[in-house]
Amino acid sequence: MDLEKLATNFQQKINEEIKIEPKDWMPDAYRKTNIRQISQHAHSEIVGMLPEGNWITRAPSLKRKAILLAKIQDEAGHGLYLYSAAETLGISREEMLEQLHTGKAKYSSIFNYPSLTWADMGAIGWLVDGAAIVNQIILCRTSYGPYSRAMIRICKEESFHQRQGFEILWVLSQGTKEQKAMCQDAINRWWWPSLMMFGPKDDESPNTAQSLAWKIKIKTNDELRQQFVDMIAEQVKVLGMTLPDPNLKWNTKKLHYDFGEINWQEFWNVVNGNGPCNKQRLNARIKAHKDGAWVREAASAYAAKKNQPQSKVA
Amino acid sequence: MSKQHASVTNEHKINYILYLADSTLILSHRNSEWCGHAPIIEQDIALTNIALDLLGQARSFYQYAATLIGNNVTEDSLAYLRIENEYKNLLLTELPNDDWANTILKQFYFSVYQYYLYQQLLNNSDEQIVAIANKAIKEVVYHVRWSGEWVVRLGDGTAESHQRMKNAIENLKNYIGEMFIAADFETALQIDVNNIQQQWQEKVNATFAEATLPLPENIFNHTGGKNGVHTEYLGYILTEMQYLQRTYPNAVW
Ligand SMILES: [Fe+2]
Ligand SMILES: [Fe+2]
Ligand SMILES: [Fe+2]
Repeated sequence: MDLEKLATNFQQKINEEIKIEPKDWMPDAYRKTNIRQISQHAHSEIVGMLPEGNWITRAPSLKRKAILLAKIQDEAGHGLYLYSAAETLGISREEMLEQLHTGKAKYSSIFNYPSLTWADMGAIGWLVDGAAIVNQIILCRTSYGPYSRAMIRICKEESFHQRQGFEILWVLSQGTKEQKAMCQDAINRWWWPSLMMFGPKDDESPNTAQSLAWKIKIKTNDELRQQFVDMIAEQVKVLGMTLPDPNLKWNTKKLHYDFGEINWQEFWNVVNGNGPCNKQRLNARIKAHKDGAWVREAASAYAAKKNQPQSKVA
Repeated sequence: MSKQHASVTNEHKINYILYLADSTLILSHRNSEWCGHAPIIEQDIALTNIALDLLGQARSFYQYAATLIGNNVTEDSLAYLRIENEYKNLLLTELPNDDWANTILKQFYFSVYQYYLYQQLLNNSDEQIVAIANKAIKEVVYHVRWSGEWVVRLGDGTAESHQRMKNAIENLKNYIGEMFIAADFETALQIDVNNIQQQWQEKVNATFAEATLPLPENIFNHTGGKNGVHTEYLGYILTEMQYLQRTYPNAVW
């Protein structure tokens, strides 16, 4: 089949919602976009373990400690599924990690913010996992089969993440004066960054049109962001807390919440490496990888020895 | 312990249960320090899993101890509001992680010990202890296998991993004996530490042989953990762990 025919077939499949599988023909740019997006997502899961990992040893009760550990362990699992999904496109995990460590690949900027108090474990679960779910539920329908299936598995676990976060904040909101203040402070710090998780505005998002045509994306950044605002603006009332936006208001005509302007300068600053924790997060990942090199080498050396039949290794 | 009418045996039993709880909690704490920083994601998940299992065991023991103690004591007050010299964990469990080899060997020593100990506890006269041991031993079987496989892999891997395992053996050798030197509460509960030691030694010998590793020599036994006399490390662990409970007394989390 010639190239034109292949391309037509490909787009037809997309239009008919037939998943693209690893062995199917696909345009180079489709492959590249998927590798970029899936690996970025995988890196986000792994780097995302760090701000929460920061509180495991200080969790205020044994029950909270167990829930937090299990939650972070889930994120490691999500990273694994996603690295495997990306590998089906012909890139190795080692290459992807290399791209992360050299800064060539990005991860979600949200994890460049610090987790300063216990209430941040609540705010991260509620807002950050909450924003991730809005993104990911829609990604279950994405056109690349392995990515779509990974998202379906991940989404099943994510709702527990948001619930445990909300529950942490709920308990704080019912607690002492100090706990209430801690709760509001965490919401204030995580609200705007979580809105930024949906990416630039549609008219400034260079890849959106093509990604929509290929159904790598199903909804635009702004559509998803609006959906998230509408959801959180209601939930925050249950906590008896507020969102730090004087312009947040229900719009009776649009049947959506209006909200204030995101600080895009801050957004680009963090993307470009100037967030409060960019260096710290990346260095932690690089250190873990470097410190672990001898362990991985030993494991493969041992496996190689054992696969050599009859060769006597003392 | 401020229990007024406690019989001697009850006192010993509570101390023994706290010893089991503290040892598992503190090793869980150390393992959890690796979360997000392990050499490879699969092993990050595996070690976190062990941390979770140990934490679960600790909670079962604390909850049981709390019912025996009464006086509104809870699993959290036992974990978060006792000070260093009330903790009874093995010194082995509070030692710093150091590298992956040291972490693995610590886990292996402790898991093999737990395995034979829990087997013995399956015949204990206390039903609650039997129930906890029965549930935990299934987890411990996996911990022994996982850590044992790593001991072999690292011992028989590369020259560097072999050397690092030897360093770990040297680092930890003086903290093995404490497991097998009976404290008063163990004697009172008729725990046969010699029997555990024998089986422990056989398992370690076999694994080290497969791993081409030498057994530790010139051992001196550091003790004290079981009676509340610890290394300097425990104070820092508790400072970190207990920070919120100490800063906001009586708050609910
Ligand atoms: Fe996740
Ligand atoms: Fe995610
Ligand atoms: Fe999550």
